[in-house]
Amino acid sequence: MAKDQLNAQKNYLNEQKGIKSWLFTLDHKRIGIMYLFAIMFFFFIGGVMALFIRLELIRPEEIVVGADTYNQLFTLHGAIMIFLFIVPGIPAIMGNFFLPLMIGAKDVAFPRLNLASWYVYILGSVFAIYSIMNGSVDTGWTFYTPYSSDTGGAVISMTLGIFILGFSSIFTGINFIVTIHKLRAPGMTWFKLPLFAWGTYATAIIQVLATPVLGITLLLLIFERVMGIGIFDPAMGGDPVLYQHFFWFYSHPAVYIMILPAMGIISEVISVFSNKKIFGYKPIAFSSLGIALVSFLVWGHHMFTSGQSELAAMIFSFLTFLVGIPSGIKMFNWMATIYKGSVSFDTPMLYALSFLFLFGIGGFTGIMLGALSVDVHLHDTYFVVAHFHYVMMGGTVMGFLAGLHYWWPKMWGRMYSEYWAKLTVAVIFIGFNMTFFTQFIMGTKGMPRRYHSYVDQFQPLHAFSSVGSFIIGMGFFIMAAYLLHAMFRGKPVGKNPWGALTLEWITSSPPHHHNFERTPLVTDGPYDYDRIMVENDKWIYKDQPVEKPDESQEKVEH
Amino acid sequence: MEHTGDHPKFLAHHFSEASQQQESAKLGMWIFLVTEVLLFSGLFVFYAIFRAWHPDMFINAHVHLNVYLGTLNTFVLITSSLTVALAIRGLQLKKNKQAIWLLIMTLIFAAIFLVVKYFEYSHKFHLGQLPGKFYSFDGIVGTNPHVFFSVYFLLTGLHGVHVIAGMIVIGYVLLRTIKGHFSAEYYTPVENAGLYWHLVDLVWIFLFPLLYLIG
Repeated sequence: MAKDQLNAQKNYLNEQKGIKSWLFTLDHKRIGIMYLFAIMFFFFIGGVMALFIRLELIRPEEIVVGADTYNQLFTLHGAIMIFLFIVPGIPAIMGNFFLPLMIGAKDVAFPRLNLASWYVYILGSVFAIYSIMNGSVDTGWTFYTPYSSDTGGAVISMTLGIFILGFSSIFTGINFIVTIHKLRAPGMTWFKLPLFAWGTYATAIIQVLATPVLGITLLLLIFERVMGIGIFDPAMGGDPVLYQHFFWFYSHPAVYIMILPAMGIISEVISVFSNKKIFGYKPIAFSSLGIALVSFLVWGHHMFTSGQSELAAMIFSFLTFLVGIPSGIKMFNWMATIYKGSVSFDTPMLYALSFLFLFGIGGFTGIMLGALSVDVHLHDTYFVVAHFHYVMMGGTVMGFLAGLHYWWPKMWGRMYSEYWAKLTVAVIFIGFNMTFFTQFIMGTKGMPRRYHSYVDQFQPLHAFSSVGSFIIGMGFFIMAAYLLHAMFRGKPVGKNPWGALTLEWITSSPPHHHNFERTPLVTDGPYDYDRIMVENDKWIYKDQPVEKPDESQEKVEH
Repeated sequence: MEHTGDHPKFLAHHFSEASQQQESAKLGMWIFLVTEVLLFSGLFVFYAIFRAWHPDMFINAHVHLNVYLGTLNTFVLITSSLTVALAIRGLQLKKNKQAIWLLIMTLIFAAIFLVVKYFEYSHKFHLGQLPGKFYSFDGIVGTNPHVFFSVYFLLTGLHGVHVIAGMIVIGYVLLRTIKGHFSAEYYTPVENAGLYWHLVDLVWIFLFPLLYLIG
């Protein structure tokens, strides 16, 4: 029986057993799985907080939580979603698991550092949980001074937790840069790298260059609180706007830490499910680096109304528009890839298409907010909230879900139910637009963000938005159910259920401990659908009579 | 490339040859050093901005730092950089014993640096030249003199933490050198520890003029 075969086959899941074999593993795949569960736990917590926020906002008066608790809820929703879910999300789960596979490596360059990064992540999250248990924080996830340096609550343990999480992010970044530089399989040239690797590479550069600045910023904030060192607190001679400069110097590039790996996934998925060579490989690859570069030059657009100089604001506004160029290059290349492709609408593709639509809106409203005069009106309204949820959830989370559904059969060797998966895409897509498109409207009408209460005219819109969020919540519960079911009971799949050409699909599902039987020798590009097609795990070359090179042969032309 | 057992003992399974492992380790170290520079950069920005805002205070405050002890420490650290570099050369030339002694000397110099720093710190503690709200010294003309000592203690403090971290790293490679883990073929961890130590030294080379010398 197929099921027994899967269990009998040696793979990374069953080769070693016991809790110790997981906690001390150096296998990048197992570390990826450990990250998956840790990060999904915090995604769940952050999501439940979001539902409480939306529940409270159905009516202007108090429903479930008071104003102080509400302030803590939106702060923690933001902090958890950003630092514990979305920043580590795609790199630490899918980057860890698939980057080495995709470039034909046996592991990441520094497996012990990789495991350490997981423990550092857990340690940081323990500090964050301690903070939540002991007074919590209500500063907003940005910890703006002077409020954050004077207010009560557990700001120090939370910021210390985020400081520690930063190291986890840096370790991952160092690992990926070195892995891509030094561990590519023979024949895997830079321009044969899958675009997910390029996205991860650009991400890693930002992780390495921006995260230390967040680290020192949060240390300075802690010292300001403890010793009143006088850098950020005006009462001690400091400057609160300086804090904002420090903070956004990290946190704006961090936005691209969140989106770039998702863009990498979208590049993979769109090419595979359009069964067509990706359009504009090099522009997509270089636009990732372009975004990484520009990301460091635009932090001031968060501070248009904070009192920076007008000249600075104008320059930052102009530079912000530049981000639209590489992002636009990607969008158009993806659309050109779909054009005249042989498109199959499997779940990952549906998420990818959702990404194109939602990120399109998110990106476009980003340009609106980058325009100085418009931003002055929309700053700190629900328009901003809607914008970054369209980018972060409509962009990154859709990319994340596309990747999760694309690679789930490879991770576990089993397929989920396509019926439930497609249904869930629809549920989440509809719920998402109900929730956040409404917030664009509220924002333009002047609804300020972070308020516990509001004037009555917003009530119908708020209620509509809240219903949308409950629909999203429902979608995620269905997803958890069918994905967990697939993990144990799903139908076993072969090596290559999607007919993809990147290297992770030439090895068994799930891959065995050392990834490949033999180190692959790469002769084809990752998207050569014009010359190769895969049928029943056999690679068929359209341009030559020989067929089915598979990885047990001496020379692997996948 | 396969698991045939002809790997040298120090070569991890996922590398195909020693040079690949060595280059990876060094690239990783250099990237890590970049993150360290960026960590310090926040404090240098702190220094630059507040110096621009309170130029007179910075001049009046910096005379309270002891230039002689600062100069002594500069010599101590630069010498320690030399000894660690010579230790690596010793390993390359198969003079492991010499390398061990040079690493021990590096550790001694690092300790001397910390002792001198301890005397400088305790003198300032005694006078109340302390950061932020603990500042109680009276005798510096200018605005916000407590900020100067915030900058001073944060920069030298973070640097001091790095000195201690460097001592731990050098102590670790020293132990492994004594155990005979390294040879002329494989000494990457010592080289990386040396790189880290040079960075610690380099940061001080910037701190010394910025804090002690510029008037």
